[in-house]
Amino acid sequence: MASDPAGDEGGGCRLRSICGGCDSDPDVVLRRLDTNTSAPTAPQSALPSPSSSSFPNQQEPRLLFLSPNPSKQQARKSRKPRDQPPALAESPPFLGPGMASNVAVTGNAGSGADGDAPRRNRPKYSKFTQQELPACKPILTPKWVVSVFFLVGVIFVPVGVVSLLAARDVVEIIDRYDHACVPPNMTDNKLGYIRNQTISKDCTRTLRVKKDMKQPIFVYYQLDNFYQNHRRYVKSRNDAQLRDYKKANQTTSCEPERFTADGKPIVPCGLIAWSLFNDTYSFTRSNENLTVDKKDISWKSDREHKFAKNVYPSNFQNGALIGGKMLNASIPLSEQEDLIVWMRTAALPTFRKLYGRISVDLKVNDTIIVKLSNNYNTYSFGGKKKLVLSTATWLGGKNEFLGFAYLIVGGLCIFLAFAFTLLYVIKPRKLGDHNYLSWNRHPSGR
Amino acid sequence: MARARKRDRLRWSKLYTFSCFRHPHTDEGGGGGGGPSAASGSPVGGPGFSRVVHCNNSILHRRKPLKYPTNYISTTKYNVLTFLPKAIFEQFRRVANLYFLLTAILSLTPVCPFSPVSMIAPLAFVVGLSMIKEALEDWRRFMQDMKVNNRKVSVHKGDGEFGFRHWEDLCVGDVVRVEKDQFFPADLLLLSSSYEDGICYVETMNLDGETNLKLKRSLEVTLPLEEDETYKDFRGVIRCEDPNPSLYTFIGNLEYERQIYSIDPFQILLRDSKLRNTAFIYGVVIFTGHDSKVMQNSTESPSKRSRIEKKMDLVIYILFTVLVLISLISSIGFAVRIKLDLPRWWYLQPEKSNKLDDPTRPALSGIFHLITALILYGYLIPISLYVSIEVVKVAQAHFINQDLHMFDEETGNTAQARTSNLNEELGQVHTILSDKTGTLTCNQMDFLKCSIAGVSYGVRASEVERAAAKQMASGAADDQDISLEDVWENTEDEIQLLEGVNFSAGNTPKTSIKGFSFEDNRLMQGNWTKEPNSNMVLLFFRILALCHTAIPEVNEETGALTYEAESPDEGAFLVAAREFGFEFSKRTQSSIFIKEKYTSSNGTIEREFKILNLLEFNSKRKRMTVILKDEDDRIFLLCKGADTIIFDRLAKNGRLYEPDTTKHLNEYGEAGLRTLALSYRMLEESEYASWNAEFLQAKTSIGPDRELQLERVADLIERELILVGATAVEDKLQTGVPQCIDRLAQAGLKIWVLTGDKMETAINIGYACSLLRQGMKRISLSTTAGDQVAQDAQKAAKESLMLQIANGSQMVKLEKDPDAAFALIIDGKALTFALEDDMKHMFLNLATECASVICCRVSPRQKALVTRLVKEGLGKTTLAIGDGANDVGMIQEADIGVGISGVEGMQAVMASDFSISQFRFLERLLVVHGHWCYKRIAQMICYFFYKNITFGLTIFYFEAFAGFSGQSVYDDWFMLLFNVVLTSLPVISLGVFEQDVSAEICLQFPALYQQGPNNLFFDWYRILGWMGNGLYSSLAIFFLNICIFYDQAIRSGGQTADMASVGTTMFSCIIWAVNIQIALTMSHFTWIQHVFVWGSIGTWYVFIIAYGMALKSRDNYQIMLEVLGPAPLYWAATLLVTAACNIPYLIHISYQRSCNPLDHHVIQEIKYLRKDVEDETMWKRERSKARQRTKIGFTARVDAKIKQIKGRLHKKSPSLTIHTVA
Repeated sequence: MASDPAGDEGGGCRLRSICGGCDSDPDVVLRRLDTNTSAPTAPQSALPSPSSSSFPNQQEPRLLFLSPNPSKQQARKSRKPRDQPPALAESPPFLGPGMASNVAVTGNAGSGADGDAPRRNRPKYSKFTQQELPACKPILTPKWVVSVFFLVGVIFVPVGVVSLLAARDVVEIIDRYDHACVPPNMTDNKLGYIRNQTISKDCTRTLRVKKDMKQPIFVYYQLDNFYQNHRRYVKSRNDAQLRDYKKANQTTSCEPERFTADGKPIVPCGLIAWSLFNDTYSFTRSNENLTVDKKDISWKSDREHKFAKNVYPSNFQNGALIGGKMLNASIPLSEQEDLIVWMRTAALPTFRKLYGRISVDLKVNDTIIVKLSNNYNTYSFGGKKKLVLSTATWLGGKNEFLGFAYLIVGGLCIFLAFAFTLLYVIKPRKLGDHNYLSWNRHPSGR
Repeated sequence: MARARKRDRLRWSKLYTFSCFRHPHTDEGGGGGGGPSAASGSPVGGPGFSRVVHCNNSILHRRKPLKYPTNYISTTKYNVLTFLPKAIFEQFRRVANLYFLLTAILSLTPVCPFSPVSMIAPLAFVVGLSMIKEALEDWRRFMQDMKVNNRKVSVHKGDGEFGFRHWEDLCVGDVVRVEKDQFFPADLLLLSSSYEDGICYVETMNLDGETNLKLKRSLEVTLPLEEDETYKDFRGVIRCEDPNPSLYTFIGNLEYERQIYSIDPFQILLRDSKLRNTAFIYGVVIFTGHDSKVMQNSTESPSKRSRIEKKMDLVIYILFTVLVLISLISSIGFAVRIKLDLPRWWYLQPEKSNKLDDPTRPALSGIFHLITALILYGYLIPISLYVSIEVVKVAQAHFINQDLHMFDEETGNTAQARTSNLNEELGQVHTILSDKTGTLTCNQMDFLKCSIAGVSYGVRASEVERAAAKQMASGAADDQDISLEDVWENTEDEIQLLEGVNFSAGNTPKTSIKGFSFEDNRLMQGNWTKEPNSNMVLLFFRILALCHTAIPEVNEETGALTYEAESPDEGAFLVAAREFGFEFSKRTQSSIFIKEKYTSSNGTIEREFKILNLLEFNSKRKRMTVILKDEDDRIFLLCKGADTIIFDRLAKNGRLYEPDTTKHLNEYGEAGLRTLALSYRMLEESEYASWNAEFLQAKTSIGPDRELQLERVADLIERELILVGATAVEDKLQTGVPQCIDRLAQAGLKIWVLTGDKMETAINIGYACSLLRQGMKRISLSTTAGDQVAQDAQKAAKESLMLQIANGSQMVKLEKDPDAAFALIIDGKALTFALEDDMKHMFLNLATECASVICCRVSPRQKALVTRLVKEGLGKTTLAIGDGANDVGMIQEADIGVGISGVEGMQAVMASDFSISQFRFLERLLVVHGHWCYKRIAQMICYFFYKNITFGLTIFYFEAFAGFSGQSVYDDWFMLLFNVVLTSLPVISLGVFEQDVSAEICLQFPALYQQGPNNLFFDWYRILGWMGNGLYSSLAIFFLNICIFYDQAIRSGGQTADMASVGTTMFSCIIWAVNIQIALTMSHFTWIQHVFVWGSIGTWYVFIIAYGMALKSRDNYQIMLEVLGPAPLYWAATLLVTAACNIPYLIHISYQRSCNPLDHHVIQEIKYLRKDVEDETMWKRERSKARQRTKIGFTARVDAKIKQIKGRLHKKSPSLTIHTVA
């Protein structure tokens, strides 16, 4: 019995195999849509069309005659005249979801149109539900593999070279001074030195410029082994307080630096602000003072939105323990850029923070004398302190790693491009070579 | 109505000999129970038998103490009140969810590294989604229940008036009137029926799956209650057993008119069975609703989980272990740092520390930190995995439900994925266990051929013959290069063509009569009178028309006759007789009327045949006989039965046609037809009289050996028969069954048939659907042991079976020919032994060696046991498919249960995981949907692991750089969105839409299916590979970024990177890397995938910009627009890291594709290059090769044939191979 769905399947299949593999081809998709949508209506000669069932008297004998499966037709016909509610007679007590709706339709129709039920139940054709959405099916042909690797290589190598060159352009002077600035008699007791308020912390360092440095020259301080990313530390701040003077009392999460001893809220509260870096530097080049521009060293958005113009430090560093730098209570937070920079906690225990900018070009062999006050205690945790003078390029600082990484990845890709080319040459496999199908490769294994 | 009833008044008990006999005056011998009996001996009234039913007085049952549950049934899991607590409990029974719940609770404490909302929100989302799904499913169940509960039934409302009432309002004690073809609303006591002797026919398909009708009969005392009015004053009390699940027993008494009558199962009509062949019955409700036997029987279907999910759990446990491990490392690190370093970290004010980081008590702090770490690294465990899988599976199920290729135009049923959590299991099936009746066959018999007087009639070929012939023809015309699909397609076309020609030629539409596919002009239109043996032909037709137990029913509108037969074979015979001009028109108590019409021109003559005796069919006798007297007072005995039985009973002069008939019978059997032999005998009046006397004596005899007596006497007369001929009825296979079996076999699936049918039928069907073929070596296992044999006989039977199995195994082992195929056929009794512990492995070993296995006469329980044996013995995925209630056990036991939602019986469907309306849809369900779903889910889970490992480990690495303090480098919101928004949709689109090859290729290359059972995509190699990829990616992302952002300025403005910018850059890299990764994984991009994958990356940028607008974002304020966006370094880092993360995978897939391509790779390429269009021969050849070498199915038949031919023509084979290479 060639029932309708089977015939449709066969027909559809053949058509598809003619145009197979070209799903994205709109033409073909259209054609397939045709075959599928026409499936229910196509065998009109063989099946009663839904509309015709409304004229049973005229049509039915002929339909019966033509129907490929008249037994069904007959069964329906014979069932119809019964005057009992159809739902009673037909549905078994347990109904699957699908059946249930079917029966419901039948029952409601009532007017003897139960022949339509299967049709109403018929899922609507859509490319989505039939999983026939047009799709692009990229496959990794050797051409693609080689060109992808090659392309990546071709892009990455120049990027690597450019960024390496940029990094090379950067001139950097790094001076570690934490050790050197301790008076020789106190090298065994650095902690005592740093904690002793009476000992002067002033210190002078001499730096030699090894290469021309174009302005702006950025002054950084670099701390080592300082866990600004410690959770206890990171949490210990309150942003609301910083941007709104009305919220000065909000010191939640600032533990353990929330209140002064007499219970007044600290602004800015928290460990971060409390431990503000307080070494200061001033630079002279052969008696010429190099001014350090400390304006605009923080992010603009921080200054304008996160640290308000009308919030002033209060009760800061008033406690028994004094952490770092004191803040001038008459300057609003938005202008306390050292604080703003410091409050951007670093990701790693080694970090640099911008101290200021020198807007003078430095020449090779210039000697720069740095006067610094070595106030900040890194001795207790064995951290290093460094002063860094550095220029910057479009890419930032002296970051040779990026360039090397690009070169390595790019080089690897070019190598891979060649390796795969070689592979395809030495061990060529024709694309779509049916000999590689498992049943051809291991004929005995099956 | 009254008039119609009159016509139906037949006293079957007078006619029937065996099954329906009632002892007229005795209550002896359990089966009888007509007369009053004393209640003294019965347990009624004792414990377990406390039920009291006041018939027709249901008011008593609406109050205590006799209040019984109403007839309302509910199969829902929850109600409005219990939904929340129960559903939440269900959700948190999953270990992963419980873990996340714990972390969410802990997130409210200061231990948690994140803000509470970032822990609670995803959990609420995930659990909420699952609960919504639960609620929807339960709602559907509820609607279903309501539909059943709101059915109407006619109930006695008092004063002899009956009116309709909802099922749910039915009460114990109500008297109901059930009409023909209605279901019984509750368990009823049959009071009377439209038949005079209170008989009714019941179809119990929903209970036990048996399609043949069962007889029930009322007590004699209640027979007069046959009119509505008689119930006015009807009172009675039933005392009986309490509700129990036993379908076949019932103990109780009816107290009626001061007499006590015992009730037995014969009087009980069970809920969900159907009244057939009987106009109406009256019954009184005994058990309602959940008390009814069928509801007591309903077991909760076991929740099944797919293999992939089980393995996934294992992987999740591994990840848990990893999680605990790194948490331990982290907390030990933390404790050490706290002990040694914290006191020196003055900027943390260690002296003011609380117990979470107390340097004086590092161990305690370490323990607290362990909890923090477990929460922090929780991203290793994909929280959204379960919910994503659920979403994906619902979508996949939707696709299955909507598939037009699995829509049955006739019944209007779509395929239904009833549980969506087994979709991927469909792709891993190893063995299919199939029911026969209703599954492989339609249980519709078509009269196709007959052999009369040694001449075979019927030119129509059976399905098997047709298909085989076509196969042969194509095989001969061409080489085997022609693929099977073409053959099938062509067949369909040709047949259609043929039929079209038939119609246009103006043939009468005989071909379309249900049950009749016979076609032969020698017999039709009265032409048979011109046949040489027309007498025999006449006799043959009369036997068809007379030898049965059917009742004709006139359709009032058309006047057409339909027959209510006990078995479909009988119906087919009657239809055939009618078509031949011998219309069985009327049956009275003692006569059968036949309208005979010899030639088309002649008028009809109505003949009356008096029935003297009717010895009906049963499975033991395998024959049925009527003895009747024709109008000339000649006495005939007409007998039809199994050929072996009839041939044994032939008279010497009755064997004239035996050789020819035997030959024809063999042919018919080969063609997959069910055969019966017909014979007759003339009886002398005296001979009959003496026999009848003896028979009557036996019939009225009392005692346990009455049955034996009757059989013996019946045997006496059923001798000296004269063979007339044989019939061949096609047990119509469902459309496309042989093709489907063939392709499933090619896909490497093993198919077992488990049937309740007898061996012969099963073997016939085996031939019909190509599970068996000529030249197959059959191993038949059976025992001769009877039912109640002694212990030692059992033992002997067992030993003989053991020997048979051993012999069989030996035979298989010694077989040298690799193409030899074995078929194992075992019957139910042998199976009981074979399933015992000591033998089952031997049996299983033998069975797995055989190409096809057919188990006959199997009880539902055995079906389940066999399923369990295969499932546990082989450790492979089993699929059970069936349509009846007798398959429920098997369906529930198997890894996947598929129900055929055919005509009736929804029990199998209710128990099943998937329902399809025809067997042939199984192919698409497995080979297309199963294949896809398996790959989708496997890839999806692997990717999930990859993605979460990539993300989770970066958090861990950062810890090491943050003093193990539990600080996350990412913003809380990033973490929250990572699983739920930013990476979920692409992976869902992978799980929903991925197609390695299109549906038609799946069907054309069944071998592709083997990727599932071989588990190519979810083996440990692959899982670990993906996890390794995740590990690598996490390392690359973290360390590359750390090195790039180490200490240097990131902008030309000299600014250095803070934690927020490092975190955001790393997160950008992750988003890019995992999304590019999934794009590389996919091989099928519709616009949806494009939108989801690229959209996810886009969403990330939209989010980070939008988030940057909010002041709440702390250090991420304006991070993209002001800090990172203008920094070339950020983009350079993203590009570098993304490339570095994906290059190894790209190398892997490029290498694999070029050197070790999998089948679907090659096929993709062929399709891509359109080679299938350009080189059609190759394409066709590969399609025909892309199948498992099968020993069953049509292909195997053809292969065998070709081998035969090749064997004869030696020269032809080398040229063939050369051809293939070229």
